[in-house]
Amino acid sequence: MTLDASEPMVQFLSPEGEVRVPAQWAEYGEHLKSLTEADYLKFYREMARCRRFDNEATALQRQGQLGLWIPAIGQEAAQIGSGFAVGPNDHIFPSYREHGVAITHDIDLMSILKMLRGVNHGGWNPDETRFHLYAIVLGTQVLHATGYAMGVKFDGKVGTGNIDEDLAVISYFGDGATAEGDVSESFLFAAINHAPIVFFCQNNQWAISSRVTNQTKVPLYQRGAGFGVPGIRIDGNDVLASYAVTKKHMNDAREGAGPFMIEALTYRIGAHTTSDDPTKYREDEEVEYWKARDPLDRLEKFLRKNGINQDFFDQVAHDGEVLSEEIRKATFALGNPPIETMFQHVYSQQHPLIDEQMAWLKNYEESFGGEA
Amino acid sequence: MSNSVELPIAKAINAGLREAMRKDPKVLLFGEDIAELGGVFRVTEGLHAEFGSGRVQNSPIAESGIIGTSIGLAMRGYRPVAEIQFDGFIFPAFNQIVTQLAKLQNRSEGYLQMPVVIRVPVGGGIGAVEHHSESPEAYFAHTAGLRVVSPSNPNDAYWMIQQAIESTDPVLFFEPKRRYWQKGPVNLDGASSSLHQARVIRQGTDVTLVAYGQMVTVALQAAEFAQDEGRSIEVIDMRSISPIDFATIIESVKKTGRLVVAHEDSTFVSVSSEIAARVSELAFYHLEAPVIRVGGFDVPYPPAKLEELFLPDADRILDAVDRVLAF
Repeated sequence: MTLDASEPMVQFLSPEGEVRVPAQWAEYGEHLKSLTEADYLKFYREMARCRRFDNEATALQRQGQLGLWIPAIGQEAAQIGSGFAVGPNDHIFPSYREHGVAITHDIDLMSILKMLRGVNHGGWNPDETRFHLYAIVLGTQVLHATGYAMGVKFDGKVGTGNIDEDLAVISYFGDGATAEGDVSESFLFAAINHAPIVFFCQNNQWAISSRVTNQTKVPLYQRGAGFGVPGIRIDGNDVLASYAVTKKHMNDAREGAGPFMIEALTYRIGAHTTSDDPTKYREDEEVEYWKARDPLDRLEKFLRKNGINQDFFDQVAHDGEVLSEEIRKATFALGNPPIETMFQHVYSQQHPLIDEQMAWLKNYEESFGGEA
Repeated sequence: MSNSVELPIAKAINAGLREAMRKDPKVLLFGEDIAELGGVFRVTEGLHAEFGSGRVQNSPIAESGIIGTSIGLAMRGYRPVAEIQFDGFIFPAFNQIVTQLAKLQNRSEGYLQMPVVIRVPVGGGIGAVEHHSESPEAYFAHTAGLRVVSPSNPNDAYWMIQQAIESTDPVLFFEPKRRYWQKGPVNLDGASSSLHQARVIRQGTDVTLVAYGQMVTVALQAAEFAQDEGRSIEVIDMRSISPIDFATIIESVKKTGRLVVAHEDSTFVSVSSEIAARVSELAFYHLEAPVIRVGGFDVPYPPAKLEELFLPDADRILDAVDRVLAF
């Protein structure tokens, strides 16, 4: 049921909620030392927030308020851990399931819901947030991330020792996307340019209905090696491994070590999207096996063992209720975008055809006297 | 022209690139074999020596990677100019161009701009093997978010490449490869037209003949022959394929009442299809005859020994002129 479980994998937080740093991963374990209790609580709070958001969005889709929802349930540790490991100047290129990473970078969650409702295609500012827009065509964003990292290198913002200026790039993609040529080309361009980038592959083991064994013959963390991009596998349901390993390799990339690949072995507990029916292609036992390795449960066990009391968890649950209520209200209040938005920003300068068509449509709509 | 030099098109593009690179340190050149070699057509010759490996880089042979990383570089504030070695090699990058480059500004509601230029030697007539003689412009003209241009002479080549690089939108820059070594004057003082203006390059009264890129030379030749037969052809060099300067075309058609459109690309759903449709809409009562299109046949580009039969020549254009005048 586990995928080639014999492969080495960084894990610090066990499904039983025990933290242990094996000697072979001591270098990564160093990055746990600076974490305070507040950090651990933040990890849990944000993972829970992500899941609550996810459940609420699924409900909104079922009520017809969203056209589609793309659940990330089960992948919260991979996303929240790595997201918080990203430095203050670093840039993030997500795929389309990275709601947890978005949470770590204060993306207005309504921006994501607007997109899935069909109000816009994203609409947050990628420069300001350093969290780039969701990319729906698989693997395309990995080349953009690579190009961005090449630009950072050309700018001389790598390895200068000035931590206020240096930066690195992290690109998220899934196991399915690794089959796309763009991902392989990204490894190549990143390697030959020695670009400051971490390729973060969330192997959730399913690409809609295709198992990861349909996408690769070798463990995915080895995929970059032939291009000159070394890699490592982490337990993607362990927020500490996700944080520490991403932290180290983003630091290394920023300091000039070149590209690196992290394979976060996780599991897509939910459907690919709300349009999908996973019971048609996978067994319940497999899902149950992974539910027992739930990223939130194991962190909760750890926190309780370490003296975090029920008040904290009650507060998290309460915050979840508040979030749900806010999201529901805001979603119901969303209007349709004005006609002009369809024609705006197609080009940065005036364009005769588009101007003509926008004028025509407005005129046509107005001809109905508001009764259309 | 106080400050005019005589250059072939390839050298004019080269000079235009050099000028753009001198003006703006954010302009970077990418492409296969463009550095020391100067590209397979030598268009970038000498630029690597002048600007160094940081700004003129040989890319891996991975067209999607060239365009995809150019997009990332544009996000970082660069102005990448990517060379695709041959027209028929652009298709591995088609996804990045159409789903990403063309749409990112719109997707981001204007937060991102994509000042990326894609230079592509285009068209046939050079006796090449398969995939080296194609005219893929209609695919890109059909895609919202892209600008598509094609110079036909050295002066336009010099100025249009600079205007394309200055554009804050992505520009497909189709270079007439059969005409690379055709010489002409380049006025170094200033551009005479903006990037998307068509230009009447020969005045006439009987028929309007519209062409772009390497077909412009053929169109002028046809107009010359027609004059010997007492027919006055007005020739328009479109220069821009998206957007199309319809105002210039319509003004001419209103005068002549007859229109022939010529290009190398296959005619089915081509640039000429769009012109015929729009002119029939915008100048219907001025037309004395249907719009006749002269283009490549709707077959894959043929082996070199047949290409002269595939490509429109002056005689095929004159045949179309006869047909529109017969109405």
